[in-house]
Amino acid sequence: MTATLTEPRFDVERVRRDFPILGKPLPNGMPLVYLDNGATAQKPQKVIDKLSECAENYNANVHRGIHSLGDRVTVELEAAREKVRAYIGAAEAEEIIFTSGTTMSINLVANAWGRKFLQPGDELLVNEMEHHANLVPWQQIARERGARLRFIPLTADGRLDLSALDEVLTDRTKLVAVTALSNVLGTINPIGELAARAKTRGALILVDGAQSVPHLATNVTAPAIDFLAFSGHKLYGPTGIGVLYGKRAVLESMDPFLCGGNMIRRVRKESSDFAELPAKFEAGTLPIAEAIGLGAAIDYVQSLGLAAIGAHEHELTQRAYRQLSQIKDLKIVGPGVEHRGSIISFTVEGVHPHDMAELLDRRGVAVRAGHHCTMPLHEWLKVTATTRASFAFYNTPGEVDALCEAIEYARQVFRRK
Amino acid sequence: MSDDVYDDHILDHYESPYHRGHAEHPTIAHEDENPLCGDQVRLELVVDENERVKEAWFDGHGCAISQAAASILTEEIEGKTLAELKNFQAPQMLELLRVRLTAARQKCGLLSFKILKTMIYTLEERKGAGSKPA
Repeated sequence: MTATLTEPRFDVERVRRDFPILGKPLPNGMPLVYLDNGATAQKPQKVIDKLSECAENYNANVHRGIHSLGDRVTVELEAAREKVRAYIGAAEAEEIIFTSGTTMSINLVANAWGRKFLQPGDELLVNEMEHHANLVPWQQIARERGARLRFIPLTADGRLDLSALDEVLTDRTKLVAVTALSNVLGTINPIGELAARAKTRGALILVDGAQSVPHLATNVTAPAIDFLAFSGHKLYGPTGIGVLYGKRAVLESMDPFLCGGNMIRRVRKESSDFAELPAKFEAGTLPIAEAIGLGAAIDYVQSLGLAAIGAHEHELTQRAYRQLSQIKDLKIVGPGVEHRGSIISFTVEGVHPHDMAELLDRRGVAVRAGHHCTMPLHEWLKVTATTRASFAFYNTPGEVDALCEAIEYARQVFRRK
Repeated sequence: MSDDVYDDHILDHYESPYHRGHAEHPTIAHEDENPLCGDQVRLELVVDENERVKEAWFDGHGCAISQAAASILTEEIEGKTLAELKNFQAPQMLELLRVRLTAARQKCGLLSFKILKTMIYTLEERKGAGSKPA
């Protein structure tokens, strides 16, 4: 006897009702078509409610007050940490450091690890598709320590060229810093292979998960990576909260980055001992409500399931890729859909991205235009700017169509035949 | 003032700009960019002995507003004296564009104006330095 299992269809209309902002028309009366999820994602009611719950019911500092509010808020914060741990498959909650965002997470590693372990002549392996936040901190620490950056070349369609990896990944390489999903090209990078090859050279690997963690299943132990950085606000959570995952042994080998309250065990007049993980890297008062809100965002994403989210977003990306490819004089940057997350950046001849974004906005379509904090990548692409549409699970096929119609409208305004 | 940023006046200047290119022997040249969106403009002026702008040229790339504004500016300032241009102010520049710009787009609309102001200042400095007794 065989049973037919049918996956419950992803009910996007029901999901959209969880996001109050999606139902509100714009000032010009147009319905919102929000395709700027790569910049920041919208928040479900559950996250908004959690922030209010926190402020209205148990606002206090964590790990300090011997009073009931302090107890409650600490329990909530540590529950959020546990949710993050489970979401990314970390072995221990102590390996989850709360930061202000991806940028702070990467800067923490560049400073706390780089300053202690980088020696003159050492190499850091990066590439041209990295966001400035995963390039500039390495430039700065390399300069300070006399180390140098090396770059994995890109293939013509905007993927990492692993055939050239042996030339740039050497015994001098101390760390590989790489994005799991390019914020412009949409490229999904082969983290598993990079992690394995870095390990054979004794190099650490830091993964920028800002774009991948909200959309693709993440497990920091398979393939095993040393660091993962991501932000709460792209994961449908609040701004001001981010995460640094670090393998316990690596985090323990590092000195603190920021110093102050919460991160110490004992302070004497001339020297101090530092707290255990994770407090060692959480100096000062955390964005407490935001961290708890991030926990609620993860609960929400888990309730939908990353498999269902991924399938829906992939359908949207395929539809967009197909339709955009048919627009005259439109050029998509980056690889084919099979190597791509739910991000598509493009140029349209005769319509500058800045003008494109303004004209799309008239039709209610929110996209991003510019260099998206990836100037070296745009130099590589030989364009000064691109227009980027980035999809989330609450976007619909109809919104993909609206994007394409709005692009045709922009071409008409610019008298493109 | 038009509410449509992309009216014919802007688009005409964007598509068929006035004096896009380079002066043969510029008295002064300067360029700048709007790092946020990557608009880039270079202005070149030929100034005669009566301190009058004989020729104004621009080159660059970027959004329609930034490039049309540069074209409109070069057309406007030819024949004007440096003293007149010193009194030329940002609201007048925005007026010349004939469209209402949001705060964000004013940066695009005023990029070439900012470059012009830098050049006028530099020319004055030069003049001041040249007239100082040795």
